[in-house]
Amino acid sequence: MSAQPNSEEALEAFRRDTRAWLEANCPQEMREPVVDEYDICWGGRHFKFKSDAQRVWLQKMAERGWTVPEWPKQYGGGGLSKDEARVLREEMAAMKCRSPLTSFGISMLGPALLKFGNEQQKGEHLPRIARGEIRWCQGYSEPGAGSDLASLKTRADDHGDHFVVNGSKIWTSYGDKADWIFCLVRTSTTGKKQEGISFLLFDMETPGISTRPIRLISGYSPFTQTFFDNVKVPKQNLLGELNKGWTIAKYLLTHERNMIGGMGTQRVTPVSQLAIKHIGLASGRLAEPALRTDIARFEMDAMAFALTMNRVTDEAKAGNETGAMSSMLKYYGTELNKRRAELTMSVSGSEGLKFGDANSEEQLAAMWLRTKANSIEGGTSEIQLNIIAKNVLRLPGA
Amino acid sequence: MTLTLTEDQLMFRDAAKRFAAERAPVSQLRKLRDELDPVGFDRALWKEMAEMGWAGVLVPEEYGGVGFGFVGAGLLATEIGRNLSASPLLSSAVLGVTALLRGGTPAQKETLLPAIAGGDLLVAFATDEAVRHAPYDISTRCTGKYKLSGRKLHVLDGHVADRLIVTARTSGDTCSRDGISLFLVDPKASGVTITRSSMVDSRNSAVVELRDVVVSDADVIGTFDKGAIVLDAVLDAGRAVLAAELLGVAEEAFERTLNYLREREQFGVKIGSFQALQHRAAHLFCEIELVRSVVLRTLQALDAQEPTASSLVCLAKAKASDVARIATNEAVQMHGGIGMTDEFDIGFFMKRARAAAETFGDQYYHTDRFAQLAGY
Repeated sequence: MSAQPNSEEALEAFRRDTRAWLEANCPQEMREPVVDEYDICWGGRHFKFKSDAQRVWLQKMAERGWTVPEWPKQYGGGGLSKDEARVLREEMAAMKCRSPLTSFGISMLGPALLKFGNEQQKGEHLPRIARGEIRWCQGYSEPGAGSDLASLKTRADDHGDHFVVNGSKIWTSYGDKADWIFCLVRTSTTGKKQEGISFLLFDMETPGISTRPIRLISGYSPFTQTFFDNVKVPKQNLLGELNKGWTIAKYLLTHERNMIGGMGTQRVTPVSQLAIKHIGLASGRLAEPALRTDIARFEMDAMAFALTMNRVTDEAKAGNETGAMSSMLKYYGTELNKRRAELTMSVSGSEGLKFGDANSEEQLAAMWLRTKANSIEGGTSEIQLNIIAKNVLRLPGA
Repeated sequence: MTLTLTEDQLMFRDAAKRFAAERAPVSQLRKLRDELDPVGFDRALWKEMAEMGWAGVLVPEEYGGVGFGFVGAGLLATEIGRNLSASPLLSSAVLGVTALLRGGTPAQKETLLPAIAGGDLLVAFATDEAVRHAPYDISTRCTGKYKLSGRKLHVLDGHVADRLIVTARTSGDTCSRDGISLFLVDPKASGVTITRSSMVDSRNSAVVELRDVVVSDADVIGTFDKGAIVLDAVLDAGRAVLAAELLGVAEEAFERTLNYLREREQFGVKIGSFQALQHRAAHLFCEIELVRSVVLRTLQALDAQEPTASSLVCLAKAKASDVARIATNEAVQMHGGIGMTDEFDIGFFMKRARAAAETFGDQYYHTDRFAQLAGY
């Protein structure tokens, strides 16, 4: 990452080159809107590309380091400055290019590896994330450790040159599809519970690991419960220091929260447009005034939230203190997303109730049910409010 | 444009912050109220504010102002909101100046703008006729060439104004946007009766009655019958600046409440340790952050005269009115019994939040207008 801001001329030249390269290298098919889950490229050992175009697009972008534009070149990144990365995003958006690769390696583990990893770990894992060769999952929550994550019990016992891991994790996103796991384990039971946690990386093909899918109210099974039975993990797979994993865990959670909170601003059909389609206008106004008011309130809050995301980004860029904003963005963004889904269901009436119908173009009910997890995963709304009260408002502890 | 302040804007704000806190704090408003001050603000202090560029914040330098635009006016209003500073900033420096800048003839601008910017002339904007804001509901008559007759409500600083800007119906039906014209009126002219109202927020508001008040062509502001263009611009300016003031009211009420939560003990602990109060405070923090973003964005959009600025004005006024209402209501509730006493200042904030919300459209009005502008 170059620290110097780019000159306007240099940025414009970069924009021209980028546009030309994307035009020449992004397959036409990869400029069509994403329709289903299979259009998203997650990468990994067992990933089945939906099409040649998807495979080629990943390969070309990875060669340029543009699956992770701001990571250093030595680790498979593009080495772009923040401004260049923004230009790349803008040009990709203008051409409607799909993201070549989506993964928890990019959005969650990568930043933690860059900050806490040693040279050997960064050299081994980052390039394979950047090329989409290894798909990662997150081993955080346990059946007895949800909101109270620090009370986790999965333990890693010291056996000389390796640890032996026993226990189980729950809510492992795509645990059955992942190649490696980053996992919080207990390595000490003395002192404060936060000070006996370590951060381990290991291969999901290691003997002793099994997964069981969890079927959700939406009908989907994106999560698994994951079991560890005497799993041998080499000591060099410890990220950071022994018993200092909680610091890494919290750092990584802020990245996860930003990702989940940001889902509230995704480009989707505005609720008001859907309402006009299903309910219709009378003298230029939505025919149901009570619903209209709720829709307007929602769309105003959504706009205010999007502006706040922009402002926080701008202030961070200007080097101003933004405080612990990730909890605020996660809390407000996910609550907004739930409001959007509730209103979408209301305006869609019986059409929205169709479920498990493969012919139904929009899986509204499944989407509505899925949003309920937004304010639970990555720390519940109530936990975010606790964090704001403690870390931002400096209110006294209970 | 980024959602941050420039160096100049930061300096302007910091100077305003110090001045308002030192020279025009809540205690000054309390004193004006208790002494039944006939003016309702300190004229000498307004002159000092003018020297700091407040009265001419929107006035271009060629007319003797500082030309800091709506972002600058909003920064002042937020500090005014934090301190509940009594001043004619909104009436004269925002509403009056915007009307003249958007519709004034060169002669009107040259005579009036430098005097306003210098703090020597006060202008009041007389438009509302209904108790609930309805901008085109204007039936003040204009007969001949020209005699004005009608009754205007909630005219801010009306009783101390040196000039009035009055909206009147010159054609079309009541409530129609077409057929509205704006006139400069001398408050001392024959047929003008101005009655000051005593308001809950201890700020200035008056009822202006006009009976066959004679004005001339030279007094018309904007295009005859097409005055709604100027009216809309004036109202949006006022709404955006009021939103910035409401942001300050909400921020200050919230900060005072947080301090109280950190200090007040019951059941042997600080009450701020109770989760029931923590979660309400944390939610309110998020809402105030949203208001901060929309207010700045809206002021920038007005300065750039963006075509969608009106939608943003609705968003800012609705959101700021609603959040200031919640912040001040929570402030009184969380202060408990002491929050209900007149001796304690927090009640002043709740009163101002109510009055500023009602002025030029509250959250209900602007939520509906937002939907209308969005085509539903």
